[in-house]
Amino acid sequence: MEDFGNIVCIAFIVWFTLVVGLIVLPAMFGISLGITEVYMKVLVKTLEWATLRIQRGSKEQQKPTTLVSNGIILRDDGSMEKEITDLRKGRSKPQINGEFELSDIFYFSKKGFESIVEDEVTHRFTSEELVSWNLLTRSNNNFQYISLRISIIWVLGVFIRYCILLPLRVTLATIGLSWLVIGASLVGLLPNSRVKNWLSELVHLMCYRICARGLSATIYYHNKENRPMKGGICVANHTSPIDIVILANDGCYAMVGQVHGGLLGIIQRAIVKACPHVWFERSEMKDRSLVTKRLRNHVADKTKLPILIFPEGTCVNNTSVMMFKKGSFEIGGTIYPVAIKYDPRFGDAFWNSAKYNMVSYLIRMMTSWAIVCDVWYLPSMTRQEEESAVQFANRVKAAIARQGGLVDLSWDGGLKRAKVKDAYKEEQQKSYSKMIVGDDSS
Amino acid sequence: METDQCTLYYKSKTVNSALSRTEWIQLKEVLSFHDWKLVTLALPKSCHLSSHQITVSSSHICRLYDRFHALDKDDKGSLNRSDFQNISELAVNPLGDRIINAFFPDGMDLIDFNSFVRILARFRPVDQNPKKEPNAPEPINSRVNKLKFAFQLYDQDKDGKISKSELLQVLRMMVGVQVTEEQLESITDRTIQEADLDGDDAISFEEFKKSLDKVDIEHKMSIRFLR
Repeated sequence: MEDFGNIVCIAFIVWFTLVVGLIVLPAMFGISLGITEVYMKVLVKTLEWATLRIQRGSKEQQKPTTLVSNGIILRDDGSMEKEITDLRKGRSKPQINGEFELSDIFYFSKKGFESIVEDEVTHRFTSEELVSWNLLTRSNNNFQYISLRISIIWVLGVFIRYCILLPLRVTLATIGLSWLVIGASLVGLLPNSRVKNWLSELVHLMCYRICARGLSATIYYHNKENRPMKGGICVANHTSPIDIVILANDGCYAMVGQVHGGLLGIIQRAIVKACPHVWFERSEMKDRSLVTKRLRNHVADKTKLPILIFPEGTCVNNTSVMMFKKGSFEIGGTIYPVAIKYDPRFGDAFWNSAKYNMVSYLIRMMTSWAIVCDVWYLPSMTRQEEESAVQFANRVKAAIARQGGLVDLSWDGGLKRAKVKDAYKEEQQKSYSKMIVGDDSS
Repeated sequence: METDQCTLYYKSKTVNSALSRTEWIQLKEVLSFHDWKLVTLALPKSCHLSSHQITVSSSHICRLYDRFHALDKDDKGSLNRSDFQNISELAVNPLGDRIINAFFPDGMDLIDFNSFVRILARFRPVDQNPKKEPNAPEPINSRVNKLKFAFQLYDQDKDGKISKSELLQVLRMMVGVQVTEEQLESITDRTIQEADLDGDDAISFEEFKKSLDKVDIEHKMSIRFLR
């Protein structure tokens, strides 16, 4: 029995040293040993092979790989006026503006039924559908049993992901987070000085790098010359809490958020000792002017790190960018937009908070193949003279959507939980009224 | 499953077999909601599900099944009115409530997948070259049936006529508070005058059909699937 216990101990120590030596230490100093690259190459080859087998198995022709559209039904893109005028074309009477036709109802009913079959908003709050299966059960929507070989590869994949990668990643995440708490608290003991700031940045970077390895994250940064500077506001599209790790791997930011309890609270309290982050009590969050004032003070101080804000206010599934809340754009200062796009083949990064809580989400992340994403730093923007906060927000959102190849929607991310406002219905009613009453105002 | 249902189930998996409508309904009654999806997956893509009444291809049924499931957030196996109202684009449609009512005929509060598909099947594009059997009933997505459906959106009390008050109701929904009562009344009067041929101050289905003679119903009341 003792011998067995000894062997286990030794094995554990060896494994732990390997992990620290091969992964943690290089990560801390930002060096890569190339292990991840090899893993990714093997993974990509395997997925491509699997895709070919699946296509062969379902006897699909090799169509040109242009995805026709994101939608499943063909929708007319015309405006209300154009569509209704088209409907009225068959009439023998001349077109008089200011008239109602029985056929007008077809426009609204068709739009209504189309939205029942497919609408722009509902599917933004569930994971993106894949073109081809990536050997993860969780993304197995419409894919069936193909062949024995695929199934064997899949079983192998499950074993690798759950028995090898998961413990490794959990260890790395634990090391990373404990290092953050300990390191930040230690740095917090120092008096305020340039050295302290430099050390705090180092501690933060190291920890986030370890965490990124803990997710097998491969991040491609583009346009690094546009990186957010001190005293600015960094704005990005939101897909999951991991966005913070992704962005913080390449720069230091001041976080903004609510005070939490538990593990997250411990981390929050520790890192605020090392450098100023902006944490709000739950009650303070309701007071918009207070929030804006504190953020404005932070931004005005040019020695403080740029703050990181996600103006959508909620997680969206990375196929689109939803309405940006104007609050972040009223603070002033320079906005540095950042676009983040995840590659869905390797793992689904979207956090569906209705379906999964934080812990099950993290476990899903750690049992994916990898997290691969592109980060584009966009040139900075400031609010123009005649621009309202809403227009500015839309301008920034359009730029981010364009860069990331995402659909630009003006629907509110809050529709995940709340119903839509009646104001939008009134807009439609107004347009239609103009058509049937004509231009005479009464 | 009983023996004859087993046969049906396995029959549905063979290539180029087609289930008649009665067989399909029999099968559905036996399988659970989730097995229903397995059966539709097993059907080859070209297989039409019934000989005449409901012709929706099986891959479209899979799409609609996924959509039904996505709208059914509480996993009840059926949809109620509020599930429809959660669709933002439908909630901002001025006729949204009428459209939702079309799914809940006869005062029912829940709709199952079979009925969901049947109502949406009306919007399938009209068959270009229908195989006309002499005594076959009109397919559900024919021009006449699409017109009937639109007629029912106006005719809520189902008396076969669109009265002035019913027309007013629909108009009011479409314009909200933007137009005065007098203007709406004059528009309604004018419309009924134009369409009413037998002078009973209401629009019957035949008059409705005649008035929409030249409108391209096939295109405007059809939903085309891309994949």
